[in-house]
Amino acid sequence: MMQFMLLFSRQGKLRLQKWYVPLSDKEKKKITRELVQTVLARKPKMCSFLEWRDLKIVYKRYASLYFCCAIEDQDNELITLEIIHRYVELLDKYFGSVCELDIIFNFEKAYFILDEFLLGGEAQETSKKNVLKAIEQADLLQESQNEDWGGLSSDDIL
Amino acid sequence: MAPSSVKLQELIRLIRTAKTQAEERAIIQKECADIRSSFREEDPSFRCRNVAKLLYMHMLGYPAHFGQMECLKLIASPRFSDKRVGYLGAMLLLDERQDASLLITNSIKNDMNHNSQYVQGLALCTLGCMGSSEMCRDLATEVERLLKTSNSYIKKKAALSAVHVVRKVPELIELYIPAAESLLGGKNHGVLHSAVVLITEMCVRNPEATCKFKKVVPELVQIMKNLIMSGYSPEHNVGGISDPFLQVQMLCLMRILGQNDDEVSEAMNDILAQVATNTDTSKNAGNAILYETVLTIMDIRSESGLRVLAVNILGRFLLNSDKNIRYIAMTSLLKMVQTDHNAVQRHRGTIVDCLKDTDASVKRRALDLTFALINGHNIRSMIKELLQFLDHCPAELRSDCASGIFLAAEKYAPSKRWHIDTILRVLTTAGSYVRDETVPNLIQLITNTSELYAYTVHKLYQAVLADISQQPLVQVAAWCIGEYGEFLLSGTCEEEKTVKVTEDDMLDVLEMILQSHMSSPATRGYALTSLMKLSTRISDNVDRIRKIVSIYGSCIDVELQQRAIEYNTLFKKYDHMRVAVLERMPVIEKNSQVCSDKSTKVLNDENKPFSLSKPNQTEVKIQNAANQQTVDLLDLIGISDPSSTPVVQNNQEKMVGGELLDLLGGINFGAIPSITAYNKNGLTVEFFFEKVGNNELSIQLKAKNATAKDMKEFILQAAVPKNIQIHLQAPSGSVLPALCSGCVSQTILISNPNKVSLKMRLRLSYSIEGSTVQDICEVNNFPPQTWQ
Repeated sequence: MMQFMLLFSRQGKLRLQKWYVPLSDKEKKKITRELVQTVLARKPKMCSFLEWRDLKIVYKRYASLYFCCAIEDQDNELITLEIIHRYVELLDKYFGSVCELDIIFNFEKAYFILDEFLLGGEAQETSKKNVLKAIEQADLLQESQNEDWGGLSSDDIL
Repeated sequence: MAPSSVKLQELIRLIRTAKTQAEERAIIQKECADIRSSFREEDPSFRCRNVAKLLYMHMLGYPAHFGQMECLKLIASPRFSDKRVGYLGAMLLLDERQDASLLITNSIKNDMNHNSQYVQGLALCTLGCMGSSEMCRDLATEVERLLKTSNSYIKKKAALSAVHVVRKVPELIELYIPAAESLLGGKNHGVLHSAVVLITEMCVRNPEATCKFKKVVPELVQIMKNLIMSGYSPEHNVGGISDPFLQVQMLCLMRILGQNDDEVSEAMNDILAQVATNTDTSKNAGNAILYETVLTIMDIRSESGLRVLAVNILGRFLLNSDKNIRYIAMTSLLKMVQTDHNAVQRHRGTIVDCLKDTDASVKRRALDLTFALINGHNIRSMIKELLQFLDHCPAELRSDCASGIFLAAEKYAPSKRWHIDTILRVLTTAGSYVRDETVPNLIQLITNTSELYAYTVHKLYQAVLADISQQPLVQVAAWCIGEYGEFLLSGTCEEEKTVKVTEDDMLDVLEMILQSHMSSPATRGYALTSLMKLSTRISDNVDRIRKIVSIYGSCIDVELQQRAIEYNTLFKKYDHMRVAVLERMPVIEKNSQVCSDKSTKVLNDENKPFSLSKPNQTEVKIQNAANQQTVDLLDLIGISDPSSTPVVQNNQEKMVGGELLDLLGGINFGAIPSITAYNKNGLTVEFFFEKVGNNELSIQLKAKNATAKDMKEFILQAAVPKNIQIHLQAPSGSVLPALCSGCVSQTILISNPNKVSLKMRLRLSYSIEGSTVQDICEVNNFPPQTWQ
């Protein structure tokens, strides 16, 4: 299973962190710091896999963002690359030509999309169409509910 | 105070305008203060926004714990937008260690029964991400119920939540087995994928489950067939391949089910062959499937044709232009080199070529694999390649490469001369990277090759003349010059044409080593001793040696000083014994194989005839990986040659892996020394040992309190590694009076029949001046006698 996924910029700023194992905030920070340093130090020609502590790290850079997953020893690195790619495709479809700024300003949506694609560190839906449909429907539910019940309009919720 | 109405995106923009860390902190502090007061006012309208802002700031690294309860409130709200942010907050801010996480159990339960599937989805997702064992236990049956719903959106999420439940509480596997079986019947890929993950997890954790699920193998095979044969399905297509995620997952399950089972493996044979031959390799997705197929073929009881197919796939991977694929191939080949050695040997050429790969990880793998493939037939060519590799290889691999070459040379050397040549070549190329124990091992090898003394010493001499910076090389050379100097002088050597060396030349070299700033203290020790030895082997320059030795009598380095003074004494008072003392070393016996043990303790029995004034002197030589200095205990007469270590006495206990400088290892003391297990904040705990019988150890612990206040409610708990049994008896009390005016004692009984090395983790708690102190520590300094 995937133990965690981190998205960070070329300067090492964290843009998203999804943890599927229970760790204290302090431990998470330490791991993040170390891993970000390790991955940023890699040269462009090097392979996308590295061994780190007792985990395998699979990472790929898309434009200015590094997508970094930690998987266990028995997991398949190549399919993890596919998972990362699928997530990027989902973000791309949702935001329309996604860039780092989209993820910065709409981080909660990035999480919602991730949570429709992966659950407990495993893929829950292998059809791109179905994931996007689910998100779309959830967004619609949010909007229609707020219209019906009053309160802040969907633009003003957050 | 007006509730904070800064929108999330506005705040993000504001924070990003900060030019310094201090500016950012100021903005965040102000915002947090506003948010806090807004929380206090319990206004539900902005709660969602405030928590979202808090989550953003949390990602930047700022504390957000005061938002935890607000997440709970959001989750309990009927609004979907609130729930979304609330559950997200729960997953980010709460983890199972916090008590607050238990409070959402009820909300999750309610939401799992909500009439909107999206709310149900949120609940399941949160449980599957951060549910603690208690939460999982509480909600297990709810999850099971949802597994049986007809809604595939919920079913797939329930299945993965069940995976999490099963990971946390393996006893609940039984609960999910019936439902999991039926999940495979559907058409929905999401459900199928989750179902396969669930079944895999159950089988991995419970062999009984494996037996129960073997019967679904035909179904799995059928699903795979459908995937491969079915036409283009755009929904699940990745680069022309139908749902690679599902294919990979099913192959993984097949692997688990087919392990150690001939019948089941047989049933999978065809489909595996089909996947292996038909999968398109041009894209990563296809290669991912092939990779998983190879892993499965190698792990189950597949027929040899299939295994060859698998190894060939890996061989093709090695030639792939994608470095990731090459890396994967290397890793897999490494795993199977023991079991399918011949098949892997066929790809030896490609593997050795990968030593020149540009990627460092591939290089490292190639190195490991190359060593694994060396055998008696290919040793010469392989070592030639490896020596070439050593010339250019990156620094981090040199040490491993050097050690590997030594090991291989030791095992398969076709001739002694080749062996020595190889070692010399390594020492000259990568001398500073070789491990410490190489030096004594090499010396031992040299002494065993009496026919090549002349050759060896000439070669070493030449090497050292060229370069005295590489310590291991210099040490071996110095030792050899000392022992076999006469061959240098005579200038004869059967193997090669050599130059005649004068006594002065030899002494020059040794003096140069002694004086060079590049020489380590150990190296100097070697040089000094060698000089001393030469005093009996040469005729003209003994005075020169005498002078050098006496100069070093006032050397700052204590080790050298000691040696010099002892040698001086040898010259002056015991000159009649000098020749006998310094005569040629006997052939050193082989000390088991060249092992990479960091410290080996041996006894040296060379001073037996010389135990004049102190009877039963046993000199213990230790090679400590941390520093190359040899500790010479009780050394009266300077035969303390650090290189002569590997002489093993018959009754010697070889202590392996003991990093302790156990100076008198091998000698049985009657009493085992006590240790201080814990010493912090004025609390000390000492352990006193007594062996009871062969495998039992009784530890009497005494806890004392050196602070000015009493420590009350003192409780000590202890845990030991597996295979050791521990039994704590009742303590004498729970109050540690101040200023060590009393103590608490407790007996711990340890039973260690497997003689596993003893370690202990202590958890101490006590209350002092009203506040509780808890601490956990590891005790690693148990004397070896406690468990050997």
